[in-house]
Amino acid sequence: MIGRAPLALRLAVAGVVLFLHAPFVIILLYCFTTEDASFRFPPPALTLDWFPVAWAREDVWAALGLSLRVAAAATGMALVLGTLAAAAVHRSRFFGREAISLLFILAIALPGIVTGIALRSALSLMEVPFGFWTIVVGHATFCVVVVYNNVLARYRRTSRSLVEASMDLGASGVETFRYVVLPSLASALLAGGMLAFALSFDEIIVTTFTAGQQQTLPVWIFAQLTRPRQRPVTNVVAVFVVLATAVPILLAHRLTRDDSAS
Amino acid sequence: MPFRVSTALHRRPGLVLALLLAPPLAWMGVVYLGSLLALVAQSFFHLDDFSGVVVRRLTLATYRDLFTPAHGDIVRRTAVMAAAVTLADAVLAFPLAYYLARYAGPRMRAALTLAVLMPLWSSYLVRVYFWKLILAKEGVVSWAFARMGLTPVLDGVLSLPVIGGPSLSVSSLGTFIAFVYVWLPYMVLPVAAALERVPRSCLEASADLGARPAQTFRNVTLPLALPGLAAGAIFTFSLTLGDFVVPGALGNSSLFIGQAVLAYQGTAGNVPLAAAFTVVPMALMAVFLVVARRLGAFEAL
Repeated sequence: MIGRAPLALRLAVAGVVLFLHAPFVIILLYCFTTEDASFRFPPPALTLDWFPVAWAREDVWAALGLSLRVAAAATGMALVLGTLAAAAVHRSRFFGREAISLLFILAIALPGIVTGIALRSALSLMEVPFGFWTIVVGHATFCVVVVYNNVLARYRRTSRSLVEASMDLGASGVETFRYVVLPSLASALLAGGMLAFALSFDEIIVTTFTAGQQQTLPVWIFAQLTRPRQRPVTNVVAVFVVLATAVPILLAHRLTRDDSAS
Repeated sequence: MPFRVSTALHRRPGLVLALLLAPPLAWMGVVYLGSLLALVAQSFFHLDDFSGVVVRRLTLATYRDLFTPAHGDIVRRTAVMAAAVTLADAVLAFPLAYYLARYAGPRMRAALTLAVLMPLWSSYLVRVYFWKLILAKEGVVSWAFARMGLTPVLDGVLSLPVIGGPSLSVSSLGTFIAFVYVWLPYMVLPVAAALERVPRSCLEASADLGARPAQTFRNVTLPLALPGLAAGAIFTFSLTLGDFVVPGALGNSSLFIGQAVLAYQGTAGNVPLAAAFTVVPMALMAVFLVVARRLGAFEAL
């Protein structure tokens, strides 16, 4: 825009970008190492053996399945609750409106461990057994915030007069919602939903407190971090997780580009 | 019939509002806020040392326990780490954000934004695992130092008190590096957003009035970027305060708040002490949020 950046600045930028992305290249290399007892670098030799080994591991599949089901349930809840809250905050000025936005900021600003232990002690006070739904409840608290933010940003860009025009032309509330409101929200909902899904799929802190004995994929990886067993299998799973989450992130980014531009 | 309903609703905006708000408020207000309040309440109970049972009577005994030297150390260690990580992330994020806001053309901007967003949303655990692998004693960093003949430098750093340890992956320095890495994107985006809002005319006016580029940077750009830095700091500070994964995977045996909470509520069954420990980050974050709000960070989130 205004001339070229100074060399020092360009070097700093290149350095930071390298810092952010070089580790992925290194772990990719480690997927093929023959060394399975340590993180020796450079790898003594390369092999493709670890991919079938990882594929055959039942515990990985079980953890992956649980993570996917939890993420789907939490995202579903977040989509409904987040959209309702965004609609309420957007359409009217009311007493406590600021408090509600603060509550949503709080849910992302407070450390996850606070949410985790708060839910855990509340659940055990009420003697709710830990299981699938307690994990979902924990995840939904922060997934709601992501959907809320995305939908609110979209509401701010869509004109209120469209809804009024639709009503003036004789559409019922349901019809207006179906043909006017929903289409304008669709891509924001999709993006918010995908980000919520990615967040839930990756969550470990809150999960540790609400999962009981169950292992989601992050819990599985955390166990490998502290007590490694067949390290190359963990490397393969790690690369798979990064690649699998990249797709929804790229899509969500495409869908909301205009919201952040305005 | 649908018409009558929608007309009726249109005339009563209050009713619509109540219908819209009830489910999310019930959720966030009751489940989330309720649990938080219950947690704070529990920090005023205490664990009977002899019976190992939690006594449900209001007392400050647990807080007295929190301020014993051993527990105070945990709090101090975590707070210092959070501050150091926030500072390092601000220093690393600023050039990238500045370049994004001032120099990058549209395509470069899109590419760089994506380069920051991808790690932000991709698996945090996997990104911690990266560093376990890279910083291991037999790993790539040691190898690189050895290849450059700099092994004595690495050993020298590791022999330093406090930050050192037997290898990078079991030292405070390793914990610090991993923290800086995983939270860096959270700092870049708000700072870049704040810098983008700095009006070009202000910079030109400053230059016209005779300020050197360095003076303009210090007196115009930096103060205007402050809300963004504060917004980023909310994330880096808060995330570090409550984390138990990074120090668990990469640290030495000295505990952080997150690990203490996990240990006390788990096997020890001392939920009041665990609750009191979490009140610390809550209190620190409350102070932080008040300051950040003064600096205008909420508009930059």
